[in-house]
Amino acid sequence: MSSVWLVAQREILARARSKAYVISTVVLVVIVVAVAILTKLIGGSGHSDFTVGVTGQTSSLSAPLSASAKSIGQSVATNTVPDEATGRDEVKSGKLDALLVGDGRTVQVVVKKDLDTKLGNALHVLAGQVAFNQKIESLGGDPADVNAAVAGAAVTVTSIQRPHTYNTQQLVLGIIAGILIYLSLLLSGQMVAQGVVEEKSSRVVELLLSAIRPWQLMAGKVVGLGIVGFVQMVLVGGAGITAGLLTGALTIPTSAALSTVIWLVVWYLLGFVAYALTFAAAAATVSRQEDVGGVVTPILMLVIAGYVLGVSILPGDPSSGLIETLSMLPMFAPTLMPMRVAMGGVPVWQLVVAVGGMVVVIPLLVLLSARIYRNAVLRSGARVKLRDAWRAA
Amino acid sequence: MRRLEIDGVSKRYGDVIALADMSFDVRAGEIFGFVGSNGAGKTTTMRIVLGVLAADAGQVRWDGSPVTTETRRNIGYMPEERGLYPRMRVGEQLVYLARLHGMSATAANAAMREWTDRLGVAARRGDEVQKLSLGNQQRVQLAAALVHDPAILVLDEPFSGLDPVAVDVMSQVLRDKAAQGVPVMFSSHQLDLVERICDRIGIVRAGSMVANGTVDELRSGGDERLVVDAPEAQPGWADHLDGVRVVSQEGSRTSLELTAGTDDQAVLRSALATGPVHEFARQRPSLTELFRHIVTVPVDDTTDSNGEKS
Repeated sequence: MSSVWLVAQREILARARSKAYVISTVVLVVIVVAVAILTKLIGGSGHSDFTVGVTGQTSSLSAPLSASAKSIGQSVATNTVPDEATGRDEVKSGKLDALLVGDGRTVQVVVKKDLDTKLGNALHVLAGQVAFNQKIESLGGDPADVNAAVAGAAVTVTSIQRPHTYNTQQLVLGIIAGILIYLSLLLSGQMVAQGVVEEKSSRVVELLLSAIRPWQLMAGKVVGLGIVGFVQMVLVGGAGITAGLLTGALTIPTSAALSTVIWLVVWYLLGFVAYALTFAAAAATVSRQEDVGGVVTPILMLVIAGYVLGVSILPGDPSSGLIETLSMLPMFAPTLMPMRVAMGGVPVWQLVVAVGGMVVVIPLLVLLSARIYRNAVLRSGARVKLRDAWRAA
Repeated sequence: MRRLEIDGVSKRYGDVIALADMSFDVRAGEIFGFVGSNGAGKTTTMRIVLGVLAADAGQVRWDGSPVTTETRRNIGYMPEERGLYPRMRVGEQLVYLARLHGMSATAANAAMREWTDRLGVAARRGDEVQKLSLGNQQRVQLAAALVHDPAILVLDEPFSGLDPVAVDVMSQVLRDKAAQGVPVMFSSHQLDLVERICDRIGIVRAGSMVANGTVDELRSGGDERLVVDAPEAQPGWADHLDGVRVVSQEGSRTSLELTAGTDDQAVLRSALATGPVHEFARQRPSLTELFRHIVTVPVDDTTDSNGEKS
């Protein structure tokens, strides 16, 4: 075991000193902090989607407009202009998105060119509301009373299965978690493959294997590089979450943020061990850095496929059945599960299946990879066929 | 006496037989030279001794018991394909290798200092290996084989690529190690060097040991050769002598080959009968001649090579 740790120590020291590692860590930290700050700046509070001008005659519509916009998920600010001419100028200059004109008994707007569809929807609802109120008045009723009764009427929903409501912030968090774990697996997986081939191409592996067993060398490398990647992940993930919470860009509870980070770490570790073992075995079959790409790509495709499916399907359909199924399979779980966990609403049994799958697969990979590695790592020259590597030296 | 025994080791790669019943031993305190043409099986044998390769059959024993992983950690090994981490510093690399062989951090540091001093690379301890000249990399490679104070030394072509000064340093190190009771085994194509520093020599051909013994033993085998310098002798003066074959005649010097049991004094008398004799010497084949003779026998002639085994 001490040999494994010696090998791991060497890997950690060699990476920590390498410029590539230091720079990539700093760049990633800067990117996530920048994303947090930008999110805050762009999506900051008090900002409305549209600004609509009202004249003295139409100012009575200003409150109903805000209310009807809100009912369809838009936020509209109103601005009282001294007269219609000034208002038209402001619409022309782009200061106002639209100007309400007329006598306030019908909805008439002036826009620069076209009416924005979303704003149009809000105004359409307003027009309906105005007509409705006028009809109630003409029938002798009190519009305020009717409106209150309408607003008070609600549908009572009884769900047999409680659906999860996805919070936009958690969706974003999930995507970021996906990117982080994807980059981490990609970077540290490549480090493992390159490290294995470096030892092979520099022939130092023969000297090493005269002192320690092949599995010790492989395990040491995986442990060492795993720690290196882990530190990077914690630094980047931690910096992102801290920046998000501090700037207020993230308004989800700290406990939810924390659980995202913890799951991220767990999935990084599980995913890294599984993929690193596979990368090490694959890399052992070639002797030159130029050939690493060829053997590593098929494995990378699994990481990439998981990530791409996740980021392209989950934002639109967080409860997608396809992703739900894939995220329980060992090869996709490390990329998809952390995204789903960050988005929330993952049933416990699915987590158990996903983690359990990894726990079963990893020991199998240890056996398989150790055997291929042992048989292939000393054969230099042409690429060793997997079948030959499996069949012993 | 402690011995490293290679006993009946065989190895094949697919259809190619790399080693066929390779057997020999290296005794404690002796320098054993391992010679043979390219592809004869020297490197394969050494890799099997180190456990880097597994043998198909046969056994490697140290001090009577089969070599284990623990024994192997006490072997100093210099692979034919030189290998060190190119981007790791010399000093750190040697300490790392010493520790992989089970040394403590302090002992590893002390050993690294000692060997870099002794091999003349002390000034380069802080440099990355890839920045060193090939010759200095070779010295570091030797240091890597010695740094963990090995009980057995197995060196594959340790002299290739060394300048004459480094060859002397290397030879001295091997002699010192042998004097400490370490069995030293190395392969080389520089036969004069092998002849000079080895106590025993093994010649390999097609995966088997075909001749094995001290330099004297190897050279005294076979027919005896004589060189006679008799200026006044007529050509063909020795043709009628029993058991004597004239190999060549250059000027006044005649080379003769005597079959075993022929009386060389009778040859001397015949030579004196022709006039003065300026030189009368027994000539033993050099290791190079011996090597050439052994390795040029056709390989498919297996019965013959078995017969030659000593």
